[in-house]
Amino acid sequence: MSVLVLAEHHDGVLVGATAHVVAAAKAIGGDIDVLVAGENVGAVAEAAAKLDGVSKVRVADNGVYAHQLAEPLGALLVELAGDYSHVLAAASTTGKNVLPRVAALKDVSQISEIVEVVDADTFKRPIYAGNAIATVKSADSLKVITVRSTGFDAVGESGNAAIESVDTIVENSQSTFLKQELAQSDRPELAAAKVVISGGRGMGSGENFTLLEGIADKLGAAIGASRAAVDAGFVPNDMQVGQTGKIVAPELYIAVGISGAIQHLAGMKDAKVIVAINKDEEAPIFQVADYGLVGDLFELLPELESKL
Amino acid sequence: MKVLVAVKRVIDYNVKIRVKADHSDVDLTNVKMAMNPFCEIAVEEAVRLKEKGVATEVVAVTVGPKAAQEQLRTALALGADRAVHIETDARVESLAAAKLLAKVVEAEQPGLVILGKQAIDTDNNQTGQMLAALAGLPQGTFASEVVVENDKVQVTREIDGGLQTVELTLPAVITTDLRLNEPRYAKLPDIMKAKKKPLDVKSPAELGVEVESRLTLLKVESPAERKGGIKVGSVDELVDKLKNEAKVL
Repeated sequence: MSVLVLAEHHDGVLVGATAHVVAAAKAIGGDIDVLVAGENVGAVAEAAAKLDGVSKVRVADNGVYAHQLAEPLGALLVELAGDYSHVLAAASTTGKNVLPRVAALKDVSQISEIVEVVDADTFKRPIYAGNAIATVKSADSLKVITVRSTGFDAVGESGNAAIESVDTIVENSQSTFLKQELAQSDRPELAAAKVVISGGRGMGSGENFTLLEGIADKLGAAIGASRAAVDAGFVPNDMQVGQTGKIVAPELYIAVGISGAIQHLAGMKDAKVIVAINKDEEAPIFQVADYGLVGDLFELLPELESKL
Repeated sequence: MKVLVAVKRVIDYNVKIRVKADHSDVDLTNVKMAMNPFCEIAVEEAVRLKEKGVATEVVAVTVGPKAAQEQLRTALALGADRAVHIETDARVESLAAAKLLAKVVEAEQPGLVILGKQAIDTDNNQTGQMLAALAGLPQGTFASEVVVENDKVQVTREIDGGLQTVELTLPAVITTDLRLNEPRYAKLPDIMKAKKKPLDVKSPAELGVEVESRLTLLKVESPAERKGGIKVGSVDELVDKLKNEAKVL
Protein backbone atom coordinates (compact mmCIF):
# COMPACT_ATOMS: atom_id res chain seq x y z
CA MET A 1 0.00 0.00 0.00
CA SER A 2 1.23 3.48 -0.80
CA VAL A 3 -0.40 6.87 -0.62
CA LEU A 4 0.13 9.95 -2.77
CA VAL A 5 -0.83 13.24 -1.14
CA LEU A 6 -1.34 16.31 -3.32
CA ALA A 7 0.27 19.28 -1.56
CA GLU A 8 -1.81 22.42 -1.25
CA HIS A 9 0.07 25.68 -1.72
CA HIS A 10 -0.53 29.34 -2.49
CA ASP A 11 2.00 32.04 -3.36
CA GLY A 12 4.98 29.75 -2.76
CA VAL A 13 3.84 28.73 0.73
CA LEU A 14 2.70 25.26 1.79
CA VAL A 15 -0.87 25.50 3.14
CA GLY A 16 -1.52 24.05 6.61
CA ALA A 17 -4.22 21.70 5.30
CA THR A 18 -1.52 19.46 3.77
CA ALA A 19 -0.31 18.42 7.25
CA HIS A 20 -3.85 17.28 8.06
CA VAL A 21 -4.07 15.26 4.85
CA VAL A 22 -0.76 13.55 5.68
CA ALA A 23 -2.31 12.61 9.04
CA ALA A 24 -5.19 10.94 7.18
CA ALA A 25 -2.63 9.16 4.98
CA LYS A 26 -0.87 7.86 8.11
CA ALA A 27 -4.18 6.46 9.35
CA ILE A 28 -4.49 4.55 6.07
CA GLY A 29 -0.93 3.20 6.37
CA GLY A 30 1.87 2.42 3.92
CA ASP A 31 4.46 4.71 2.36
CA ILE A 32 3.42 8.34 1.96
CA ASP A 33 4.65 10.44 -0.95
CA VAL A 34 3.72 14.10 -1.38
CA LEU A 35 3.32 15.65 -4.83
CA VAL A 36 4.15 19.34 -5.13
CA ALA A 37 3.02 20.61 -8.52
CA GLY A 38 3.30 24.23 -9.59
CA GLU A 39 5.75 26.82 -10.80
CA ASN A 40 8.75 27.86 -8.65
CA VAL A 41 7.72 25.57 -5.81
CA GLY A 42 11.16 24.74 -4.35
CA ALA A 43 10.30 26.25 -0.96
CA VAL A 44 6.98 24.40 -0.88
CA ALA A 45 8.77 21.10 -1.52
CA GLU A 46 11.21 21.79 1.32
CA ALA A 47 8.35 22.55 3.70
CA ALA A 48 6.54 19.36 2.62
CA ALA A 49 9.70 17.29 3.22
CA LYS A 50 9.57 18.30 6.90
CA LEU A 51 6.12 16.80 7.50
CA ASP A 52 6.29 13.74 9.76
CA GLY A 53 5.56 10.44 8.06
CA VAL A 54 6.40 11.55 4.51
CA SER A 55 8.80 9.17 2.68
CA LYS A 56 9.35 11.20 -0.44
CA VAL A 57 8.40 14.53 -1.97
CA ARG A 58 7.90 14.51 -5.74
CA VAL A 59 8.17 17.91 -7.38
CA ALA A 60 6.66 18.82 -10.74
CA ASP A 61 7.93 22.35 -11.28
CA ASN A 62 6.73 23.72 -14.60
CA GLY A 63 4.74 26.64 -15.97
CA VAL A 64 1.95 24.32 -17.13
CA TYR A 65 1.16 23.53 -13.46
CA ALA A 66 1.06 27.20 -12.38
CA HIS A 67 -2.19 28.07 -10.57
CA GLN A 68 -2.95 24.34 -10.40
CA LEU A 69 -5.53 24.37 -13.17
CA ALA A 70 -7.61 21.20 -13.15
CA GLU A 71 -6.84 20.02 -16.68
CA PRO A 72 -3.01 19.77 -16.48
CA LEU A 73 -2.89 18.88 -12.77
CA GLY A 74 -5.48 16.15 -13.30
CA ALA A 75 -3.51 14.75 -16.24
CA LEU A 76 -0.30 14.73 -14.15
CA LEU A 77 -2.00 12.91 -11.27
CA VAL A 78 -3.44 10.34 -13.68
CA GLU A 79 0.13 9.69 -14.92
CA LEU A 80 1.44 9.20 -11.39
CA ALA A 81 -1.55 7.42 -9.79
CA GLY A 82 -0.54 4.01 -11.18
CA ASP A 83 2.19 3.75 -8.51
CA TYR A 84 -0.26 4.17 -5.63
CA SER A 85 -3.21 2.54 -3.86
CA HIS A 86 -4.57 5.87 -2.59
CA VAL A 87 -4.50 9.46 -3.87
CA LEU A 88 -5.44 12.08 -1.29
CA ALA A 89 -5.94 15.83 -1.32
CA ALA A 90 -7.46 18.38 1.04
CA ALA A 91 -11.15 19.05 0.51
CA SER A 92 -10.21 22.59 -0.51
CA THR A 93 -11.34 24.26 -3.72
CA THR A 94 -8.18 22.87 -5.40
CA GLY A 95 -8.67 19.30 -4.18
CA LYS A 96 -12.37 19.35 -5.02
CA ASN A 97 -11.63 20.75 -8.46
CA VAL A 98 -9.00 18.22 -9.48
CA LEU A 99 -9.57 14.87 -7.76
CA PRO A 100 -12.93 13.94 -9.32
CA ARG A 101 -11.28 14.46 -12.71
CA VAL A 102 -8.51 12.04 -11.75
CA ALA A 103 -11.00 9.47 -10.44
CA ALA A 104 -13.12 9.56 -13.60
CA LEU A 105 -10.08 9.19 -15.85
CA LYS A 106 -9.00 6.16 -13.79
CA ASP A 107 -12.61 4.85 -13.86
CA VAL A 108 -12.95 4.77 -10.07
CA SER A 109 -15.27 6.52 -7.63
CA GLN A 110 -14.10 9.50 -5.65
CA ILE A 111 -14.81 9.73 -1.93
CA SER A 112 -15.37 13.31 -0.78
CA GLU A 113 -14.49 15.00 2.51
CA ILE A 114 -13.70 12.02 4.72
CA VAL A 115 -13.57 12.77 8.46
CA GLU A 116 -12.39 9.34 9.64
CA VAL A 117 -10.39 6.39 8.30
CA VAL A 118 -11.97 3.11 9.46
CA ASP A 119 -9.52 0.99 7.47
CA ALA A 120 -7.70 1.27 4.15
CA ASP A 121 -10.97 0.69 2.21
CA THR A 122 -13.56 2.14 4.59
CA PHE A 123 -14.16 5.77 5.43
CA LYS A 124 -16.65 8.00 7.23
CA ARG A 125 -17.96 11.17 5.65
CA PRO A 126 -20.75 13.64 6.41
CA ILE A 127 -23.76 13.85 4.10
CA TYR A 128 -26.91 16.04 4.09
CA ALA A 129 -25.06 19.13 5.35
CA GLY A 130 -23.47 17.16 8.16
CA ASN A 131 -26.80 15.92 9.51
CA ALA A 132 -25.80 12.29 8.88
CA ILE A 133 -22.51 10.44 8.81
CA ALA A 134 -22.11 7.75 6.13
CA THR A 135 -19.67 4.87 6.34
CA VAL A 136 -18.61 3.85 2.82
CA LYS A 137 -16.46 0.97 1.62
CA SER A 138 -14.67 1.11 -1.71
CA ALA A 139 -13.85 -1.96 -3.79
CA ASP A 140 -11.90 0.12 -6.31
CA SER A 141 -8.23 -0.78 -6.78
CA LEU A 142 -7.36 2.92 -6.54
CA LYS A 143 -8.98 5.08 -3.88
CA VAL A 144 -9.24 8.76 -4.74
CA ILE A 145 -10.17 10.74 -1.65
CA THR A 146 -10.54 14.32 -0.44
CA VAL A 147 -9.94 14.90 3.27
CA ARG A 148 -11.79 17.36 5.50
CA SER A 149 -8.85 18.83 7.38
CA THR A 150 -10.82 19.51 10.57
CA GLY A 151 -11.30 15.72 10.92
CA PHE A 152 -7.58 15.02 11.40
CA ASP A 153 -4.91 16.60 13.62
CA ALA A 154 -1.95 17.99 11.68
CA VAL A 155 1.28 15.96 11.74
CA GLY A 156 4.45 17.55 13.15
CA GLU A 157 7.30 19.11 11.18
CA SER A 158 10.39 17.19 12.26
CA GLY A 159 10.69 14.97 9.17
CA ASN A 160 13.39 14.93 6.55
CA ALA A 161 12.03 13.31 3.39
CA ALA A 162 13.94 12.98 0.14
CA ILE A 163 12.99 15.38 -2.67
CA GLU A 164 12.97 14.17 -6.26
CA SER A 165 11.77 15.86 -9.40
CA VAL A 166 9.06 14.58 -11.69
CA ASP A 167 9.78 15.20 -15.34
CA THR A 168 6.29 14.55 -16.65
CA ILE A 169 5.03 17.58 -18.54
CA VAL A 170 1.51 17.47 -19.90
CA GLU A 171 -0.08 19.61 -22.60
CA ASN A 172 -2.88 22.03 -21.86
CA SER A 173 -4.56 23.89 -24.68
CA GLN A 174 -8.05 23.97 -23.10
CA SER A 175 -7.71 26.31 -20.14
CA THR A 176 -5.79 29.51 -19.47
CA PHE A 177 -5.32 31.39 -16.21
CA LEU A 178 -6.37 35.02 -16.59
CA LYS A 179 -6.31 36.60 -13.13
CA GLN A 180 -6.76 36.13 -9.44
CA GLU A 181 -8.09 38.47 -6.77
CA LEU A 182 -7.30 37.32 -3.28
CA ALA A 183 -8.73 38.96 -0.18
CA GLN A 184 -5.90 40.47 1.87
CA SER A 185 -5.81 39.51 5.53
CA ASP A 186 -3.24 39.54 8.36
CA ARG A 187 -5.44 37.34 10.52
CA PRO A 188 -5.10 33.57 10.84
CA GLU A 189 -6.52 31.43 8.05
CA LEU A 190 -10.21 30.78 8.74
CA ALA A 191 -10.09 27.01 8.36
CA ALA A 192 -7.06 26.66 10.66
CA ALA A 193 -7.76 29.31 13.33
CA LYS A 194 -8.09 28.26 16.99
CA VAL A 195 -10.70 30.94 17.56
CA VAL A 196 -13.27 32.13 15.03
CA ILE A 197 -15.70 34.99 15.48
CA SER A 198 -18.43 35.23 12.84
CA GLY A 199 -21.06 37.79 12.04
CA GLY A 200 -24.43 37.30 10.41
CA ARG A 201 -27.26 39.37 9.05
CA GLY A 202 -27.72 40.84 12.53
CA MET A 203 -24.50 42.82 12.06
CA GLY A 204 -26.57 45.17 9.87
CA SER A 205 -23.73 46.37 7.62
CA GLY A 206 -20.17 45.71 6.49
CA GLU A 207 -18.90 48.65 8.56
CA ASN A 208 -20.24 47.03 11.71
CA PHE A 209 -17.91 44.07 11.18
CA THR A 210 -15.22 46.36 12.66
CA LEU A 211 -16.93 45.60 15.99
CA LEU A 212 -15.64 42.04 15.58
CA GLU A 213 -12.11 43.11 14.69
CA GLY A 214 -11.10 44.38 18.15
CA ILE A 215 -12.25 41.12 19.71
CA ALA A 216 -10.56 39.07 16.97
CA ASP A 217 -7.30 40.96 17.59
CA LYS A 218 -7.41 40.27 21.32
CA LEU A 219 -8.16 36.57 20.80
CA GLY A 220 -5.95 35.99 17.75
CA ALA A 221 -9.12 34.94 15.97
CA ALA A 222 -10.13 34.68 12.34
CA ILE A 223 -13.31 36.46 11.24
CA GLY A 224 -16.03 34.51 9.49
CA ALA A 225 -19.54 35.20 8.29
CA SER A 226 -22.83 33.52 7.56
CA ARG A 227 -24.15 33.28 4.03
CA ALA A 228 -26.75 35.92 4.86
CA ALA A 229 -23.96 38.39 5.66
CA VAL A 230 -22.13 37.52 2.45
CA ASP A 231 -25.25 37.72 0.29
CA ALA A 232 -26.12 41.08 1.83
CA GLY A 233 -22.71 42.28 0.59
CA PHE A 234 -21.36 42.97 4.11
CA VAL A 235 -18.19 40.90 3.55
CA PRO A 236 -16.51 38.90 0.73
CA ASN A 237 -17.63 35.33 0.12
CA ASP A 238 -14.36 33.66 1.12
CA MET A 239 -15.32 34.52 4.73
CA GLN A 240 -18.41 32.31 4.55
CA VAL A 241 -18.68 29.46 7.03
CA GLY A 242 -21.14 26.69 6.17
CA GLN A 243 -22.12 23.84 3.89
CA THR A 244 -21.25 25.86 0.82
CA GLY A 245 -18.40 27.83 2.39
CA LYS A 246 -15.61 26.83 4.73
CA ILE A 247 -15.81 24.10 7.36
CA VAL A 248 -14.18 25.12 10.64
CA ALA A 249 -13.65 23.28 13.92
CA PRO A 250 -11.88 25.78 16.20
CA GLU A 251 -11.50 25.62 19.99
CA LEU A 252 -13.89 28.54 20.29
CA TYR A 253 -16.52 29.74 17.81
CA ILE A 254 -18.38 32.95 18.56
CA ALA A 255 -21.52 33.45 16.43
CA VAL A 256 -22.78 37.03 16.49
CA GLY A 257 -26.13 37.95 14.96
CA ILE A 258 -26.37 34.52 13.30
CA SER A 259 -29.68 32.67 13.55
CA GLY A 260 -28.15 29.23 12.99
CA ALA A 261 -29.66 27.78 9.79
CA ILE A 262 -28.65 24.13 9.18
CA GLN A 263 -26.44 25.20 6.29
CA HIS A 264 -24.42 27.39 8.66
CA LEU A 265 -24.31 24.77 11.42
CA ALA A 266 -22.84 22.33 8.86
CA GLY A 267 -19.75 24.51 8.80
CA MET A 268 -19.11 25.00 12.51
CA LYS A 269 -20.89 22.53 14.74
CA ASP A 270 -17.70 20.56 15.39
CA ALA A 271 -16.20 23.54 17.22
CA LYS A 272 -15.18 22.62 20.77
CA VAL A 273 -17.01 25.50 22.41
CA ILE A 274 -19.71 27.57 20.72
CA VAL A 275 -20.83 30.97 21.98
CA ALA A 276 -23.92 32.64 20.54
CA ILE A 277 -24.73 36.31 20.87
CA ASN A 278 -28.17 37.11 19.51
CA LYS A 279 -31.10 39.30 20.44
CA ASP A 280 -33.65 36.61 19.52
CA GLU A 281 -33.66 34.08 22.33
CA GLU A 282 -35.58 31.62 20.11
CA ALA A 283 -32.81 31.57 17.47
CA PRO A 284 -31.81 27.97 16.59
CA ILE A 285 -28.14 28.83 17.22
CA PHE A 286 -28.86 28.62 20.96
CA GLN A 287 -29.66 24.91 20.59
CA VAL A 288 -26.03 24.16 19.71
CA ALA A 289 -24.33 26.92 21.71
CA ASP A 290 -22.52 26.00 24.92
CA TYR A 291 -22.93 29.57 26.13
CA GLY A 292 -25.64 31.86 24.89
CA LEU A 293 -25.95 35.56 25.55
CA VAL A 294 -29.25 37.20 24.65
CA GLY A 295 -29.04 40.90 23.89
CA ASP A 296 -28.11 43.68 21.53
CA LEU A 297 -24.79 42.94 19.85
CA PHE A 298 -24.05 46.65 19.46
CA GLU A 299 -23.93 46.97 23.26
CA LEU A 300 -22.48 43.56 24.04
CA LEU A 301 -19.57 43.50 21.57
CA PRO A 302 -17.81 46.66 22.84
CA GLU A 303 -18.31 45.44 26.41
CA LEU A 304 -16.87 42.02 25.51
CA GLU A 305 -13.89 43.64 23.83
CA SER A 306 -13.15 45.78 26.88
CA LYS A 307 -13.30 42.81 29.23
CA LEU A 308 -11.01 40.45 27.34
CA MET B 1 -25.12 27.21 -29.33
CA LYS B 2 -26.94 24.51 -27.45
CA VAL B 3 -26.70 24.51 -23.65
CA LEU B 4 -27.20 21.30 -21.68
CA VAL B 5 -28.16 21.71 -18.03
CA ALA B 6 -28.20 18.85 -15.52
CA VAL B 7 -30.64 18.89 -12.59
CA LYS B 8 -31.10 16.60 -9.60
CA ARG B 9 -34.12 15.78 -7.46
CA VAL B 10 -33.10 16.01 -3.80
CA ILE B 11 -34.69 16.44 -0.39
CA ASP B 12 -35.90 20.04 0.09
CA TYR B 13 -33.09 22.02 1.73
CA ASN B 14 -35.32 23.19 4.58
CA VAL B 15 -36.24 19.67 5.69
CA LYS B 16 -34.57 18.36 8.83
CA ILE B 17 -33.51 14.85 7.81
CA ARG B 18 -33.98 11.64 9.81
CA VAL B 19 -31.70 8.64 9.78
CA LYS B 20 -33.54 5.29 9.40
CA ALA B 21 -33.75 3.19 12.57
CA ASP B 22 -31.78 0.35 10.94
CA HIS B 23 -29.02 2.81 9.93
CA SER B 24 -29.26 1.74 6.28
CA ASP B 25 -29.79 5.27 4.97
CA VAL B 26 -31.63 8.55 5.46
CA ASP B 27 -35.42 8.17 5.56
CA LEU B 28 -36.92 9.78 2.44
CA THR B 29 -40.48 8.43 2.70
CA ASN B 30 -43.08 11.21 2.60
CA VAL B 31 -40.38 13.87 2.63
CA LYS B 32 -40.73 17.00 0.49
CA MET B 33 -38.42 16.82 -2.55
CA ALA B 34 -37.25 19.66 -4.78
CA MET B 35 -34.70 20.66 -7.36
CA ASN B 36 -31.21 20.90 -5.85
CA PRO B 37 -30.57 24.63 -5.19
CA PHE B 38 -27.32 24.68 -7.18
CA CYS B 39 -29.17 23.13 -10.15
CA GLU B 40 -31.73 25.96 -10.01
CA ILE B 41 -28.83 28.36 -10.45
CA ALA B 42 -27.57 26.27 -13.38
CA VAL B 43 -30.98 26.40 -15.09
CA GLU B 44 -31.21 30.14 -14.48
CA GLU B 45 -27.79 30.73 -16.05
CA ALA B 46 -28.70 28.64 -19.10
CA VAL B 47 -31.96 30.56 -19.54
CA ARG B 48 -30.16 33.90 -19.18
CA LEU B 49 -27.67 32.82 -21.87
CA LYS B 50 -30.66 32.14 -24.10
CA GLU B 51 -32.20 35.51 -23.32
CA LYS B 52 -28.90 37.17 -24.25
CA GLY B 53 -28.94 35.35 -27.57
CA VAL B 54 -25.85 33.29 -26.72
CA ALA B 55 -27.74 30.01 -26.38
CA THR B 56 -30.14 28.89 -29.07
CA GLU B 57 -31.60 25.93 -27.21
CA VAL B 58 -31.59 24.81 -23.57
CA VAL B 59 -31.90 21.10 -22.86
CA ALA B 60 -32.47 19.91 -19.28
CA VAL B 61 -31.38 16.42 -18.26
CA THR B 62 -31.75 14.36 -15.10
CA VAL B 63 -30.87 10.89 -13.87
CA GLY B 64 -33.23 9.29 -11.40
CA PRO B 65 -36.59 7.68 -10.68
CA LYS B 66 -39.82 8.47 -12.51
CA ALA B 67 -40.69 11.16 -9.96
CA ALA B 68 -37.62 13.17 -11.05
CA GLN B 69 -39.70 14.25 -14.08
CA GLU B 70 -41.26 16.84 -11.73
CA GLN B 71 -37.87 18.57 -11.57
CA LEU B 72 -37.51 18.39 -15.36
CA ARG B 73 -40.96 20.01 -15.70
CA THR B 74 -39.77 22.73 -13.31
CA ALA B 75 -36.73 23.33 -15.51
CA LEU B 76 -39.03 23.51 -18.57
CA ALA B 77 -41.29 26.00 -16.77
CA LEU B 78 -38.24 28.12 -16.00
CA GLY B 79 -37.32 28.33 -19.69
CA ALA B 80 -35.65 25.11 -20.84
CA ASP B 81 -36.87 24.03 -24.31
CA ARG B 82 -36.91 20.26 -23.89
CA ALA B 83 -35.85 17.60 -21.44
CA VAL B 84 -34.12 14.21 -21.30
CA HIS B 85 -34.87 11.82 -18.45
CA ILE B 86 -32.53 8.90 -17.83
CA GLU B 87 -34.83 6.78 -15.75
CA THR B 88 -33.47 4.42 -13.10
CA ASP B 89 -34.41 3.45 -9.56
CA ALA B 90 -30.83 2.49 -8.75
CA ARG B 91 -28.65 4.48 -6.37
CA VAL B 92 -26.54 6.32 -8.93
CA GLU B 93 -23.16 7.50 -7.67
CA SER B 94 -21.39 10.49 -9.24
CA LEU B 95 -19.21 8.40 -11.56
CA ALA B 96 -22.18 6.60 -13.12
CA ALA B 97 -24.13 9.85 -13.37
CA ALA B 98 -21.16 11.43 -15.15
CA LYS B 99 -20.94 8.48 -17.56
CA LEU B 100 -24.66 8.79 -18.37
CA LEU B 101 -24.36 12.55 -18.86
CA ALA B 102 -21.29 12.02 -21.08
CA LYS B 103 -23.47 9.89 -23.38
CA VAL B 104 -26.03 12.68 -23.57
CA VAL B 105 -23.24 15.19 -24.30
CA GLU B 106 -22.02 12.92 -27.10
CA ALA B 107 -25.51 12.71 -28.60
CA GLU B 108 -26.51 16.36 -28.16
CA GLN B 109 -23.13 18.05 -28.83
CA PRO B 110 -23.84 21.10 -26.64
CA GLY B 111 -21.50 24.12 -26.65
CA LEU B 112 -21.78 24.43 -22.89
CA VAL B 113 -22.83 22.07 -20.10
CA ILE B 114 -23.92 23.63 -16.80
CA LEU B 115 -24.32 21.71 -13.53
CA GLY B 116 -24.59 22.71 -9.88
CA LYS B 117 -21.36 22.52 -7.91
CA GLN B 118 -22.78 19.94 -5.51
CA ALA B 119 -26.01 18.22 -4.56
CA ILE B 120 -27.13 18.94 -1.00
CA ASP B 121 -27.92 15.27 -0.27
CA THR B 122 -24.61 13.48 -0.96
CA ASP B 123 -22.52 16.70 -0.77
CA ASN B 124 -20.09 15.07 -3.21
CA ASN B 125 -19.09 17.92 -5.52
CA GLN B 126 -17.85 15.51 -8.22
CA THR B 127 -20.24 15.03 -11.15
CA GLY B 128 -19.31 18.12 -13.19
CA GLN B 129 -15.59 17.48 -12.89
CA MET B 130 -16.05 13.79 -13.78
CA LEU B 131 -18.23 14.66 -16.76
CA ALA B 132 -15.61 17.12 -18.01
CA ALA B 133 -12.91 14.45 -17.68
CA LEU B 134 -14.95 11.75 -19.45
CA ALA B 135 -16.06 14.06 -22.26
CA GLY B 136 -12.51 15.42 -22.67
CA LEU B 137 -13.65 18.99 -21.92
CA PRO B 138 -12.20 21.79 -19.79
CA GLN B 139 -14.02 22.69 -16.59
CA GLY B 140 -14.95 25.90 -14.82
CA THR B 141 -16.02 24.86 -11.34
CA PHE B 142 -17.64 26.98 -8.58
CA ALA B 143 -18.48 29.69 -11.09
CA SER B 144 -19.66 33.10 -9.89
CA GLU B 145 -19.52 34.72 -13.35
CA VAL B 146 -19.72 33.29 -16.86
CA VAL B 147 -18.96 35.29 -20.01
CA VAL B 148 -19.16 33.60 -23.42
CA GLU B 149 -17.11 35.28 -26.15
CA ASN B 150 -16.72 33.81 -29.61
CA ASP B 151 -15.44 30.27 -29.15
CA LYS B 152 -14.29 30.76 -25.56
CA VAL B 153 -15.81 31.21 -22.12
CA GLN B 154 -14.37 33.23 -19.25
CA VAL B 155 -15.30 31.80 -15.88
CA THR B 156 -14.72 33.56 -12.57
CA ARG B 157 -14.35 30.88 -9.90
CA GLU B 158 -14.80 31.13 -6.15
CA ILE B 159 -11.61 29.69 -4.68
CA ASP B 160 -10.28 29.58 -1.10
CA GLY B 161 -9.06 33.10 -0.40
CA GLY B 162 -10.80 34.90 -3.23
CA LEU B 163 -11.65 34.72 -6.92
CA GLN B 164 -9.85 33.27 -9.93
CA THR B 165 -10.70 33.87 -13.58
CA VAL B 166 -9.90 31.27 -16.23
CA GLU B 167 -10.58 31.13 -19.95
CA LEU B 168 -11.78 27.83 -21.40
CA THR B 169 -12.16 26.65 -24.97
CA LEU B 170 -15.71 25.65 -25.94
CA PRO B 171 -17.30 23.24 -25.50
CA ALA B 172 -16.79 23.33 -21.73
CA VAL B 173 -18.37 22.19 -18.48
CA ILE B 174 -19.33 24.75 -15.83
CA THR B 175 -20.51 24.14 -12.27
CA THR B 176 -22.40 26.87 -10.45
CA ASP B 177 -21.69 28.47 -7.11
CA LEU B 178 -24.35 30.24 -5.08
CA ARG B 179 -23.48 33.74 -6.18
CA LEU B 180 -23.67 33.13 -9.92
CA ASN B 181 -27.24 34.40 -10.06
CA GLU B 182 -30.61 34.63 -8.33
CA PRO B 183 -32.93 31.98 -9.79
CA ARG B 184 -36.38 33.15 -10.90
CA TYR B 185 -39.69 31.58 -9.91
CA ALA B 186 -41.79 29.68 -12.41
CA LYS B 187 -44.97 31.55 -13.40
CA LEU B 188 -48.26 29.67 -13.58
CA PRO B 189 -48.75 30.05 -17.38
CA ASP B 190 -45.20 28.78 -17.89
CA ILE B 191 -45.89 25.79 -15.64
CA MET B 192 -48.93 25.00 -17.83
CA LYS B 193 -46.91 25.41 -21.04
CA ALA B 194 -44.09 23.24 -19.64
CA LYS B 195 -46.46 20.27 -19.58
CA LYS B 196 -46.53 20.33 -23.40
CA LYS B 197 -42.79 20.63 -23.94
CA PRO B 198 -40.99 17.47 -25.18
CA LEU B 199 -39.53 15.10 -22.59
CA ASP B 200 -37.56 12.05 -23.81
CA VAL B 201 -37.11 9.06 -21.54
CA LYS B 202 -34.08 6.81 -21.87
CA SER B 203 -32.66 4.00 -19.76
CA PRO B 204 -29.04 3.52 -18.66
CA ALA B 205 -29.07 0.23 -20.62
CA GLU B 206 -30.03 2.06 -23.85
CA LEU B 207 -27.05 4.35 -23.30
CA GLY B 208 -24.81 1.35 -22.61
CA VAL B 209 -23.85 2.49 -19.11
CA GLU B 210 -23.58 0.20 -16.09
CA VAL B 211 -24.80 2.18 -13.07
CA GLU B 212 -23.58 -0.25 -10.42
CA SER B 213 -20.94 1.24 -8.13
CA ARG B 214 -17.93 -0.28 -6.44
CA LEU B 215 -18.74 1.95 -3.49
CA THR B 216 -20.94 0.36 -0.79
CA LEU B 217 -22.87 2.34 1.77
CA LEU B 218 -22.34 0.34 4.96
CA LYS B 219 -24.05 2.53 7.48
CA VAL B 220 -25.65 5.92 8.05
CA GLU B 221 -25.63 7.39 11.55
CA SER B 222 -26.71 10.60 13.19
CA PRO B 223 -23.80 12.82 14.13
CA ALA B 224 -22.88 13.13 17.80
CA GLU B 225 -25.40 15.43 19.45
CA ARG B 226 -24.04 18.53 21.12
CA LYS B 227 -24.94 18.79 24.78
CA GLY B 228 -27.46 21.48 25.57
CA GLY B 229 -25.73 24.65 26.69
CA ILE B 230 -26.68 27.38 29.09
CA LYS B 231 -27.63 31.01 28.73
CA VAL B 232 -25.50 33.46 30.63
CA GLY B 233 -26.82 36.75 32.00
CA SER B 234 -23.95 39.10 31.28
CA VAL B 235 -20.68 39.63 29.43
CA ASP B 236 -18.81 39.22 32.74
CA GLU B 237 -20.39 35.84 33.30
CA LEU B 238 -19.58 34.80 29.71
CA VAL B 239 -15.92 35.76 30.01
CA ASP B 240 -15.71 34.01 33.39
CA LYS B 241 -17.22 30.79 31.99
CA LEU B 242 -14.92 30.83 28.96
CA LYS B 243 -11.86 31.34 31.19
CA ASN B 244 -12.65 29.05 34.10
CA GLU B 245 -15.18 26.48 32.93
CA ALA B 246 -14.48 25.94 29.23
CA LYS B 247 -10.84 27.07 29.57
CA VAL B 248 -10.68 28.35 26.00
CA LEU B 249 -9.46 31.86 26.82
